[in-house]
Amino acid sequence: MSDPLADSAERLFAAHAGKDVIHAAENGVFPQALWDAVARAGFTAALLPEHAGGVGATAAEAMALLRIAAAHSAPIPLAETMLAGWLLAEAGLPVPQGVLTVAPVRVSDVLTLRRTEDGWHLTGTASRIPWARDAAAVAVLAEGPDGPTVALLRPDGFTLARHGRNLAGEPRDTMAVDTALATDAVAPATFGPTQLRAAGAAVRTVQIAGALSRALSLSVQYAQARVQFGRAIGKFQAVQHNLAVLAGQAAAALAAADMATDALAGGLDPLRVGAAKARAGEAASIAAGLAHPAHGAIGFTQEYELHFATRRLWSWRDEFGNEAEWNGVVGRAVLAAGPDGLRPLLTAA
Amino acid sequence: MQALTFATPPADAGAEALRGEVRRFLDDEMPGRTPLQRAASWSGSDPAFSRKMGERGWIGMTWPKRYGGHERSALDRYVVLEEMLAAGAPVGHHWIADRQSGPSILRHGTEAQRQHILPRIAAGACSFCIGMSEPDSGSDLAAARTRAQRVQGGWLVNGTKLWTSDAHHADYMILFCRTGAREGDRHGGASQFLVDMEQARGNGLTVRPILDMRGAHHFNEVVIEDLLLPEDALLGREGDGWAQVTAELAFERSSPDRFLSAFALLTEAVRALGPAAPERAAVAIGRLASHTLALRRLSRSVAGMLQAGEDPALQAALVKDLGNTLEQDTVETVRLLVDAEPSEEDGSAPLAAVLAHLVMTAPSFSLRGGTREILRGIIARGLGLR
Repeated sequence: MSDPLADSAERLFAAHAGKDVIHAAENGVFPQALWDAVARAGFTAALLPEHAGGVGATAAEAMALLRIAAAHSAPIPLAETMLAGWLLAEAGLPVPQGVLTVAPVRVSDVLTLRRTEDGWHLTGTASRIPWARDAAAVAVLAEGPDGPTVALLRPDGFTLARHGRNLAGEPRDTMAVDTALATDAVAPATFGPTQLRAAGAAVRTVQIAGALSRALSLSVQYAQARVQFGRAIGKFQAVQHNLAVLAGQAAAALAAADMATDALAGGLDPLRVGAAKARAGEAASIAAGLAHPAHGAIGFTQEYELHFATRRLWSWRDEFGNEAEWNGVVGRAVLAAGPDGLRPLLTAA
Repeated sequence: MQALTFATPPADAGAEALRGEVRRFLDDEMPGRTPLQRAASWSGSDPAFSRKMGERGWIGMTWPKRYGGHERSALDRYVVLEEMLAAGAPVGHHWIADRQSGPSILRHGTEAQRQHILPRIAAGACSFCIGMSEPDSGSDLAAARTRAQRVQGGWLVNGTKLWTSDAHHADYMILFCRTGAREGDRHGGASQFLVDMEQARGNGLTVRPILDMRGAHHFNEVVIEDLLLPEDALLGREGDGWAQVTAELAFERSSPDRFLSAFALLTEAVRALGPAAPERAAVAIGRLASHTLALRRLSRSVAGMLQAGEDPALQAALVKDLGNTLEQDTVETVRLLVDAEPSEEDGSAPLAAVLAHLVMTAPSFSLRGGTREILRGIIARGLGLR
């Protein structure tokens, strides 16, 4: 399948997101060269409408880029920058250049906006914020006096209470916010925290599909190359069947990513996003549990690259809602539809 | 390895208009059918229902009009199959003919065979059985020993076929057998024949019932002793049987009958649990729905790939393996959510009856159309491991 945009993304990440870059990022060195290349290629603006600085890409093209970045374990906030830009653009706020991220990302965290004489004041604490330490701006979905409100927060408006990381070594920081904001940095939101959570779940679903495809291809290559008992281990039926199951999970994750992409392009239906995130999360768990045994001890080392994929799978499956949370949302919708509504609900185009 | 890809299913607004038409038809036709009858899904046979579907143009939908088909898209066909299966409609009479025998005849048959048989399939008036498995040849189809020998005026067939579903009613069988020497290639020397079952029964072909563990009669043993087939019974080319049968199986493996077999149980579970079900039940039911949605996507993708003339054999095997796993998971999930002891006895509650039916039929889901182990072997080959 030849797709010029996807091909150029494959080349870019192959050239700039090598093992050394990923290790360095985990040790606290922001991968500037990789980020600059991605920004120059227009990938960071791929989800933006053209009037907000977008590059005329479809949501499907943007998500394909994100999937490829994840397949290369690119240690950059591409998903978060896309998501933040989209949130700001939806609210009609300007979209700054550079690294962007979103807050809050945990259900229990609330940031509150109140009016002041000459503008707004934003307060609160938000934990597990991706790349807050590197962000040029944070797109905040706050509780305002008139409901959900979007605020554009600059680094001088918050302090980092904690520098954290997820299992994959990606920054997940705690922000403490207590700052005044000008009127032109605040706008009513067109949706609430549930939709932001769904949008986050949608991008993580796409990323899981990418990392899972990497875990599959590494496992297949290793099984073809590793010789034991006088033959490649991939010639053993037990190994073949485990890898066949792994391929099935990769396929399911691809389907989930497509569903998430469709939902992101129109309406963020919680049933579709929830089904996608939950299915991809389950696929991540099963697949990581098969890719590791296929590799044996080498897959458990820091030197070999399988863990770049599997540690991402183990992190992303829990971010923006795990399987229990989203299957619960789907299940409630199904039970509310009842036996006669079930078929139309699941087969709606 | 080649990257695993599933093409995005093409959008088709017409297919969704058709969906409404199919639902209205089902609303008219299905009310009298019990949950237990619906649970039989495509194992349930009703020739009158098949004729009505034929009148609507919903059998042989993608075939050329000159053979009674309707030249609709693969996605139109997908919509009809999905709605029929999700409703538990009794589509068994025409199912095999529509799914694989008809497409095989269209692809490999002579003009006379096409004209003689395809319009009747499309009318819902003609049923098929599949003469593949034998006593010593199940998953290993190449080990088939039934042999057709060229004789004056045709072919003389001897052998035994086994697990032949619906051989006792079917109008035709597509018979896979040996016609020549393997000559080093164990897939060589095989051919397919169209057997007119009406003529064959009692004239060299005997159908003996095999009851399944529920006591139901679907399977048969078909004993063939000196059955004389006319010259023109050969389907496709002599010696090409293996390639033909492999292509036929790709049609058999990706459609929604491979993941909706337990949908009647999901429906009854939703009915029994109600909207106020505990969170544990919502999560478990949601999981089954999430899997169903992902499989729909994959299955529609394969339908689109078939339509585009691609050969999605790997993708079809993946869909069937995931789909059968979901079907069997549905049974094990639902039984832990509801207070019902499975029973098909008269007077049983619908949920208990449907549960019993599915507990007892679920083992077949990962046998029919290729065992789980065979499918995983096909997937492994697609990954480049074999």
